[in-house]
Amino acid sequence: MSDEVQLDQEVYDRLISEGKSERIARAKAKAAAVRQAKIAEGQSLGPKPPEQAEKALEEFRSSAGGGGVATKAAAPAESGAAPGGRLTPEERAARVQASLGNGGEAPSRGVPTSSEHTHRLLALVPPAGIQQVQSKQMDKVYTWPHLLLVEFVSLLAMGALLLIASFFLDAPLGSLANPNEVPAINKAPWYFMGLQELLRYFHPMVAGVTLPGVFLVMLMAAPFIDKNPSAKPENRKVANLAFTFFASFWGLLVLIGSFLRGPGYEWVWPWVEGLGFTL
Amino acid sequence: MAKNDLKSRVQDNVIWKSIFRPGSIYRKGYRDTSRDRALAAMNNVLYHLHPVKVKRHGLKLTYTYCLGGLSFFLFVLLTVTGIFLMFFYTPAAGAGTEVAYLNMRELSASVTFGQLVRNLHRWGAHAMVFTVFLHMARVFYHGAYKPPREFNWVVGVILLTLTLLLSFTGYLLPWDQLALWAVTVGTNMMGFTPVFGEQVQFVLLGGVEIGPNTLLRWYVLHVLFIPFITVVFLAVHFWRIRKDGGISGPL
Ligand code: HEM
Repeated sequence: MSDEVQLDQEVYDRLISEGKSERIARAKAKAAAVRQAKIAEGQSLGPKPPEQAEKALEEFRSSAGGGGVATKAAAPAESGAAPGGRLTPEERAARVQASLGNGGEAPSRGVPTSSEHTHRLLALVPPAGIQQVQSKQMDKVYTWPHLLLVEFVSLLAMGALLLIASFFLDAPLGSLANPNEVPAINKAPWYFMGLQELLRYFHPMVAGVTLPGVFLVMLMAAPFIDKNPSAKPENRKVANLAFTFFASFWGLLVLIGSFLRGPGYEWVWPWVEGLGFTL
Repeated sequence: MAKNDLKSRVQDNVIWKSIFRPGSIYRKGYRDTSRDRALAAMNNVLYHLHPVKVKRHGLKLTYTYCLGGLSFFLFVLLTVTGIFLMFFYTPAAGAGTEVAYLNMRELSASVTFGQLVRNLHRWGAHAMVFTVFLHMARVFYHGAYKPPREFNWVVGVILLTLTLLLSFTGYLLPWDQLALWAVTVGTNMMGFTPVFGEQVQFVLLGGVEIGPNTLLRWYVLHVLFIPFITVVFLAVHFWRIRKDGGISGPL
């Protein structure tokens, strides 16, 4: 659906010759091309024209001055207002300070009440207070198209797989439920077969309540038990081994229960007595 | 040319523009630039669950294997197919009124696509238990539950439990021998809960043994109560992924 953006070849070549990476050169060349296209369409780019900016600044100054925001630090700068209707660096710093609640002796009201910019209240909360802030730049790519494409393809693959399975394999439906007739082979769904297998070895309270309970609590507590800060596999052999052990043990119980148990929940070999397992 | 003409006629009107916000890839003038790529994620209700940018290593299929995403896809698929099944199912059982079981027979015999949708729902449910478990394993092996993600792991374990409960409550609904006795094995164990065993079992079964009341109770749990709780925890899960700084790693 996208209209392909032409690269600005000149910019691209210049950046490459300056030793910039391919990725950056391409992005900047695209940006340059878009900018030129916009200028050609007669749109204005960049900051507001001086008259408009001057007016906005006046409004800000009058509201801020009246409201006790940024007065002290900003006052000296006011006389030597920067050209082009912009805030001077001092003014800008004062404004930030004020919005963070550090505006000198005068108690800050944060955002001037007369302002329409109610959203600026957000500036009162330092980002680190509500979320993880990475101080280090990471190697990141755009969600669209990169991540969304991967997600879409895997979704299609899973959908196709299920559709094919559903086309060829019908879900089982036995005879009408009858509380007076216990079937010879009587099994829980496979994900609970581990518990049913445990039931063979332990008292039902242990197998059905205590062990699964302990298991769930241990699972939830895992991050608080494993204090090792490293996520590298070579540094956490014990944790990985423990998890692998429990997972395989559980898998083994499920497999035994599903395939090696027959009528009366006795041990059978599926190639002798047939498969006593329904999904 | 004719194709471009049609495209701009469709895209260049008030209605289209009111639906697709600036930066949408369906809007006229979408350009493959950094700005529009960012807007595509930010200005779309479906995509803005994601941040604008993601860590490059997280894209490699071998990091997440997309397992969390697939679990969620299956949850959505089960919701859609489940709603279809609800049109043809009444949770009633008991001597002379074996409606639930008869509904299941009719579903495969005379409802268009009935058998196919039932199969999708059944195999999808098994697949979801499987993907959720694999997702948990991949999170563990990446140490992705370490600070600051401890709480999201706990939310995850709750989601695993809810997934199992969803599957298990659904298992009873066909009201055939398979369903009745598989569920009996499970509910007998609940009766051994210390101190409150009998009460727990009575509340869950709506009586002293599995019967018509149990079916109604588990139906409501299956189609309404547990999905509702699951959606709440899913919301927290997804929200925490972003607040915890996105996907973990690189290792
Ligand atoms: C209904 C079930 C679940 C759904 C739909 C789900 C969904 C997701 C998704 C989409 C992600 C993003 C990364 C990825 O795809 O791997 C994720 C991450 C995560 N999930 Fe789940 N999840 C579920 C169950 C669980 C379970 C059972 C656990 C653990 C016990 C868990 C723990 C986590 C953690 C710790 C992360 C962060 C991983 C990282 O940053 O690398 N989730 N989940």
